[in-house]
Amino acid sequence: MTRHIRESGVRAGRLDTENVQANFTDLHPPYDPHEAVVAADRCYFCHDAPCMTACPTSIDIPLFIRQIATGTPDAAAKTILEQNILGGMCARVCPTETLCEEVCVRETAEGKPVEIGRLQRFATDTLMDKDVHPFERASETGKKVAVVGAGPAGLSAAHRLAMLGHNVVVFESRPKGGGLNEFGIAAYKSTNDFAQQELDWLLSIGGIEMRYGQALGDAISLPSLQQDFDAVFLGMGLSAVNALSLDGEDTANVSDAVSFISDLRQADDLTALPIGRRVVVIGGGMTAVDAGVQAKLLGAEDVTIVYRRGQSAMAASAFEQDLAQQKGVRLICNAAPVGIEGHGKLTGVTFAYTEVQGGKLVTTDETFTLPADQLFKAIGQTLGDMPEALTLAGRKISVDDAGQTNVPGVWAGGDCASGGDDLTVTAVAEGRDAAMDIHATLMGAN
Amino acid sequence: MADLTTNFVGIKSPNPFWLASAPPTDKEYNVRRAFEAGWGGVVWKTLGAEGPPVVNVNGPRYGAVWGADRRLLGLNNIELITDRPLSVNLEEMTRVKKDYPDRALIASVMVPCEEDAWKEIIPRIAETGCDGFELNFGCPHGMAERGMGSAVGQVPEYIEMVTRWCKEATDLPVIVKLTPNITNILNPAQAAKDGGADAVSLINTINSITSVNLDSMSPEPMIDGKGTHGGYCGPAVKPIALNMVAEIARSSGTRGMPISGIGGVTTWRDAAEFIALGAGNVQVCTAAMTYGFKVVQEMISGLSQWMDENGHTSVESIVGRAVPNVTDWQYLNLNHVTKARISQDDCIKCGRCFAACEDTSHQAITMSEDRVFEVQDDECVACNLCVNVCPVENCITMETLPAGMVDERTGKTVSDDYANWTTHPNNPGATAAE
Repeated sequence: MTRHIRESGVRAGRLDTENVQANFTDLHPPYDPHEAVVAADRCYFCHDAPCMTACPTSIDIPLFIRQIATGTPDAAAKTILEQNILGGMCARVCPTETLCEEVCVRETAEGKPVEIGRLQRFATDTLMDKDVHPFERASETGKKVAVVGAGPAGLSAAHRLAMLGHNVVVFESRPKGGGLNEFGIAAYKSTNDFAQQELDWLLSIGGIEMRYGQALGDAISLPSLQQDFDAVFLGMGLSAVNALSLDGEDTANVSDAVSFISDLRQADDLTALPIGRRVVVIGGGMTAVDAGVQAKLLGAEDVTIVYRRGQSAMAASAFEQDLAQQKGVRLICNAAPVGIEGHGKLTGVTFAYTEVQGGKLVTTDETFTLPADQLFKAIGQTLGDMPEALTLAGRKISVDDAGQTNVPGVWAGGDCASGGDDLTVTAVAEGRDAAMDIHATLMGAN
Repeated sequence: MADLTTNFVGIKSPNPFWLASAPPTDKEYNVRRAFEAGWGGVVWKTLGAEGPPVVNVNGPRYGAVWGADRRLLGLNNIELITDRPLSVNLEEMTRVKKDYPDRALIASVMVPCEEDAWKEIIPRIAETGCDGFELNFGCPHGMAERGMGSAVGQVPEYIEMVTRWCKEATDLPVIVKLTPNITNILNPAQAAKDGGADAVSLINTINSITSVNLDSMSPEPMIDGKGTHGGYCGPAVKPIALNMVAEIARSSGTRGMPISGIGGVTTWRDAAEFIALGAGNVQVCTAAMTYGFKVVQEMISGLSQWMDENGHTSVESIVGRAVPNVTDWQYLNLNHVTKARISQDDCIKCGRCFAACEDTSHQAITMSEDRVFEVQDDECVACNLCVNVCPVENCITMETLPAGMVDERTGKTVSDDYANWTTHPNNPGATAAE
């Protein structure tokens, strides 16, 4: 603890380097080989395994665990990566507690699932530490495909297309790739610059050209891509954030949680990152938890996540909720923001308790004010401006099961496209499947 | 509390758990620790003839087979008989027996197949005050190449001859330890009986190679790039040992001969099973080598509790209780019909029963879209494979169909009459049913 811990305002250096480093170590430390074998022994090698069904990328989980148990983790990694080229990152960030591990029969039997996520990480880390890329490109097809967005969906599509022999150009608006893996998830889930390591490793398949700083609607346009390429895959994610629509939202130190997380992920020195003494986060999803927990780990004294509905309705998993509370973050549910306090200088946030009346969430007259010198909004992200030609489904690009948009030759996947949860693993699956459909189309099979 | 004391061929011990002749019983230091831990008896590591002691390899002596979580299931060894001077062993045995008069101390012996050799050493060992002898006709490695151990145990005539020499040389009980590396255990057992043995002990270890080192292409354990067969023991060999014990216990020629049961005894339950199949006591080695001497405390408490709960007052009263139920296949009741039953409450939906039945058995289990597994009585032959592969104990059980019910698989009404192969119409050699 340093002298800054109880100083009000938004300031850097609340904790010293040693404490900050300790706070931001790996959330789930990797298994050593012995631990991995012991953990792998618990898998029952189920028939038509429920875990495999629950995995959005349909990884053959019983097979890869058996490959670990029998001393061939490299083969296990290949089993994983065949289905999910970002299996290394997914092993770190997947909410396994609501996917594969939730349905593990040993969760049913003993309330203690096989630790599939950590086993997956053991396998993929083992292979990637050797700097081995287990796939080879097919001979070149002469086809060119444009991929917009270097996040999980775009990278997954690009890799699969390159592997099938197509030449891929990835257009990314930011100065580096990885998407939410690089900019959007908590630092303790992806340590040691893993997102960039994984990106470099993925690109080693060859046939993928990266063009950074090129956003759709700015440097490039859909018609120009359609003209220059045989097919286009859109995986640019959600670039806009929802607003509270309250007076004072432009007050200093009121910001979007995604920006805070992105700044944190890009910071070279976390002790130089300013954080409030009393931090309020509004929202109930993973982003709210990631922001709240990291604020606490940076040295904020009080961090409160406020969610407008009941705790069971939170999009953040039970594991994430527990994590927040373990780290000393307070959760307040059934309260919605009604006022930002302070004139030009944030002093607090006023909330009204909510209740459900006639199936609708309404605010009551009962209010309370949390003192705050920093407020993060984590109330969801939305699609940015889209080319007019694209049909939307609700607030996303409308796609069919194969990822095709209404525009011929244009596919989409990941968070920007309709269908599926907004998860890394879902984006990987959608990118991969769209790539397979693009391939079939380009090669005349469709 | 149940009385665990045993009187095995006149040798008394406070419980039926003896340490088998093996590395744990090689010297005074270990044996004192074993007795302090509670072992009822010890068969001292095999003594050889006077003269230059045997030598052991200076590389690995043991190889192993492991189950999940590296649980040791099988162990093999290429260690020879004691490599310490005879006189040292005899002095130590004398001291130990004097200090632990209530414990059984048995001398295991192996000398060349010559009458003088046996008749010279037996009386000399008897001076230690030991309670009896065990003739090592079992070791399958090293000593067998020199015409001892299993080389004797594989020739019934030698067994009978050497046993007779020993009986002539001592009034103490003589136990003959049998090798399982034969085709029919009854022949050596009969030979021991014919030679006058007071009892047999079995099984000794089984010829084995535990694994192959795929880097050096050598069997394990590996000595300078080479390996040899060793003697296999531990939990993995228990089924083989139980069968051999039962065969001796139920066969007309050998029935009633005292048996010291050996082979993978790891828990009190294993011991109770050996005793139920006719063993008067048990000998343990691998469990002690895996977990240390303290394991005997679980064996003692477990056997006592089980005996108390089931009204068994003495070890003697349970010896051979299961023997009448060991029979030949031809006498099994073919009218006894069972069907697998899956408890949906206990099922964790792993689907192993389905995979096993569908792929490798009789396609008698169905799987619904929501992973409900159900037995189809019209296909179920009651093979028990689903029970065996289910990870949840008692989730799948076998239910006996009552008489009068129709077996949907055969369409026949279940009868409570006993009928076996000997009278079955498909048996060309069937005798007419009475």
